Amino acid sequence: MSEAMNIHPGTTAAVAVHHDGHGHHQSFISKYIFSQDHKTISKQFLITGIIWAMIGGLFSVLFRLQLGFPDQSFPILETFFGHWAKGGHIQPEFYYALITMHGTILVFFVLTAGMSGTFANFLIPLQVGARDMASPFLNMLSYWFFFLASIIMLTSLFISTGPAAGGWTIYPPLSALGEASAGSIHGMDYWIISMAMFIVSSLLGGINYITTILNMRTRGMSMTRMPLTMWALLFTAILGVLSFPVLLSGVLLLFFDRNLGTSFYLSDIVVNGQILPNEGGSAILFQHLFWFLGHPEVYIIILPAMGIVSEILSVNSRKPIFGYMAMVGSLFAITILAFLVWAHHMFVTGLNPFLGSVFVLLTLLIAVPSAIKVFNWLTTIWRGNIRFTPATLFSIGFVSLFISGGLTGIFVGNSTIDIHIHDTMFIVAHFHIVMGVAAFFGMFSGLYHWFPKMFGRYMNNTLGYIHFWVTIVGAYLIFWPMHYQGLAGMPRRYLDKSGWASFNQFTELDKMITIVTIIVFAVQLMFVFNFFYSIFKGRKVNKLNPWGATTLEWTTPIRPGHGNWEGEIPEVHRWAYDYGKDGRDFIPQTEKIGENESKH
Amino acid sequence: MQTFFIIVILALGFLITFQIAKASEYVAILRGEEKSRKQTNKINGFLLLVFLIVGLFGVYYCNETLKGKILGAAASEQGVLIDKMLYITIAITGVVFFATQIALFWFSYKYQESDKRKAYYYPHNNKLEVIWTVIPAIALTVLVGFGLFYWFKITGKAPKNAMVVEVTGKQFGWEFRYPGPDGILGKKYYKYIDPAKNNSLGQIWDDPANHDDVWMEQEMHLVVNKPVQLVIGSKDVIHDVGLVHFRMKMDAVPGTPTTMWFTPKYTTAEMKKITGNPNFVYEISCDQMCGKGHYSMRGTIVVETQAEFDAWMAGKKPQYLVANPDKDPSVAKPDSTKAIASAAINNK
Ligand code: HEM
Ligand SMILES: [Cu+2]
Ligand SMILES: [Cu+2]
Repeated sequence: MSEAMNIHPGTTAAVAVHHDGHGHHQSFISKYIFSQDHKTISKQFLITGIIWAMIGGLFSVLFRLQLGFPDQSFPILETFFGHWAKGGHIQPEFYYALITMHGTILVFFVLTAGMSGTFANFLIPLQVGARDMASPFLNMLSYWFFFLASIIMLTSLFISTGPAAGGWTIYPPLSALGEASAGSIHGMDYWIISMAMFIVSSLLGGINYITTILNMRTRGMSMTRMPLTMWALLFTAILGVLSFPVLLSGVLLLFFDRNLGTSFYLSDIVVNGQILPNEGGSAILFQHLFWFLGHPEVYIIILPAMGIVSEILSVNSRKPIFGYMAMVGSLFAITILAFLVWAHHMFVTGLNPFLGSVFVLLTLLIAVPSAIKVFNWLTTIWRGNIRFTPATLFSIGFVSLFISGGLTGIFVGNSTIDIHIHDTMFIVAHFHIVMGVAAFFGMFSGLYHWFPKMFGRYMNNTLGYIHFWVTIVGAYLIFWPMHYQGLAGMPRRYLDKSGWASFNQFTELDKMITIVTIIVFAVQLMFVFNFFYSIFKGRKVNKLNPWGATTLEWTTPIRPGHGNWEGEIPEVHRWAYDYGKDGRDFIPQTEKIGENESKH
Repeated sequence: MQTFFIIVILALGFLITFQIAKASEYVAILRGEEKSRKQTNKINGFLLLVFLIVGLFGVYYCNETLKGKILGAAASEQGVLIDKMLYITIAITGVVFFATQIALFWFSYKYQESDKRKAYYYPHNNKLEVIWTVIPAIALTVLVGFGLFYWFKITGKAPKNAMVVEVTGKQFGWEFRYPGPDGILGKKYYKYIDPAKNNSLGQIWDDPANHDDVWMEQEMHLVVNKPVQLVIGSKDVIHDVGLVHFRMKMDAVPGTPTTMWFTPKYTTAEMKKITGNPNFVYEISCDQMCGKGHYSMRGTIVVETQAEFDAWMAGKKPQYLVANPDKDPSVAKPDSTKAIASAAINNK
């Protein structure tokens, strides 16, 4: 048996038994479809996420075409989208459907499920030293609920009245009334049901991640010996488990308002000449419920990236992460504060100004742990010996973007300034840089880094470098000038500014941004190609530990089977960051502390 | 056809890039992986430095080209405060931005892999952690201090002499109501809304305060240097009264009225001179996603002197009289008996 495993490291005891006992077909299903192996589930999340990212990215190209070339007709659009793009022009309702789906897809399906689903599933058992998740079955369910959510959301793209079109924040009454927006006729119901499935998936996953990290660590793996990826994923899961239910309740009430005649969010409405009976509801209530998830959500997206970046910068600088405890502490502080700042999205909703001031204070407080993290990353690479793998470059890019976007957070978090720039392109610039692009950088970084562990092959480096350089230059070209549009007061979600005297001065800029968007999108396709090509044809990995990392995942076979380690799970004797200690390049976590070893 | 060519060219470019990428992998193996890896490392280290320098220049260039197209003079007293806060924040965050970005890319370049150097084992230093907890905390305290000082000034109670205007958003336009000589906006109830009967806001005609209220659409008039308090509402979905030049903004929420106040500093005519644009207009933009016409939900404001405003207002008829012509002395008088008779008939 063990000999066989040495020859085919990809097969495991469990699967091997299947091969003997049952037919090929069945083992394919249990191995790749209804798999309970955390590594396979991780890849399922990843590939579903990649498909969603391509759809969401394509949408952005479409609506950027409208923004960059509002007067030009693209007949090909009409060929594909019929009356939604009449005369080759993206119609307003189509435009709003596109941006709504773009936001929903990227925020939830890609950067939440795709990100956490991929890295939490893949890394947690491997890095804490467990054979699988606490409940592999719930873990599998988590993916299939996500799949279901995906199917429902995808279906909504094809219904005749169109998908939800009220923005990814789906504020009622717009999202509640079919009379107010075509997307609210049926599309919104699909959105709500899909998100309900999504939240179930996220909860099943989150509970599993927390339990696994807390209870299934291998011998010697105390909490403070865990790599920062584990801490980040732990806090991410906690955030998700505590805040997603609030969104669920929020959207269920919306569902009732839409379909059962309740008035949670509706009051005093005359729409399309029709007087509605609802009185006494509060439209603002929804925003509180939404942002009680919505703000933690942005940290659900960014924390895994922070963990990944911490790990990769340390490995590739050949230096320990600087200030491990401060890094854990700041993650913790961010997690707590993330629950206490939601109303900074609502400074101009008529919020009581005093309440507003409390939220200003708490919001700007969150910049302190963010700053600590940045300084610690800088010190980590300081006096390192840095290898620029594509993963390292994306991590450096992440830090740069996080600085840029974090600093604009200080603008928008200050209610005085926010009066002017709320709901302008400045916000779009802020969150795309700090969350959208930065989180993607974290994700790319992690993929380039752990691809060899995932698939036993390398991705093509040259394509990786092209990918990085085009993407970072492109991202700044796209989003940096948007701050200026926002300072000029240009509202977001305006598909055509030609009717305005105050906002029509940026036509050239908008063109440039659109062209860069297309280039950047093309390069992402190249990345996807590199990804899939390398799964099958990439250069094979021939060492156990290609990056010289200390962590446990690199002690598994090159292609670990279900169960991860062939023999016993290794015991851990030290923290994850002994790089460059006592003149040694690195010391794996599994190595006992030497007698003469210096203390850190 | 054109699209076809573009697709072909893209595909070709793709293919070529891919072939080069694949070839470079083979070359690397031929030349010795370690050696070619080190060379790639040098190239990327160098590129990071280039990125820093070009990037800094880009930030400067972007600012030079675009700074003339943003902001302009703040046209309200509150807007001046907001701009001040903005500049304070730009100054403080600007320093941090340049310092950290330069450090990031400079370190990356400087400490790229080299055989001559070993990485420095430096896991923690509590003093440093304290320093970079305290310094940001101080900087942020300053920002919060200024911010809240201005915030309470701006959102505080409107001065007693403020004029009141009601603004109502709807898909997709703006309606305004002036309280008339009594200074009080009459009561309204949304179920009375009936544009066909000239009651677009659902004013309750039994309320005497309504009898002198003036209603209009799309264009609002304000008096220069006189504080104005806007009472903001919506008939259907959430909108937002965005006043770029005054730097003010407030959501229009159905069922929950909101308010904001500000003091216009320049008349429209003065702004034409200041901006050098003879076509200058103050615009109201809807800043909250409200449906397919959101991007075109535009209103305008005329700011004028008190005398001009009074003259303009004098020409307006209260909506009460428009909706109830029988009560209008200027309409009803010559034929009052008939009007009363017909009203009586209607009542039966
Ligand atoms: C220094 C820390 C940060 C501060 C002070 C901050 C503050 C804010 C504020 C006040 C807003 C609302 C602005 C408005 O709508 O007028 C906002 C929007 C947003 N922020 Fe941040 N932010 C910070 C960091 C982040 C991070 C790390 C992320 C994500 C990873 C993020 C993601 C977002 C998103 C997605 C929105 C826009 C949501 C929408 O309206 O569609 N922010 N931020
Ligand atoms: Cu937030
Ligand atoms: Cu609007």
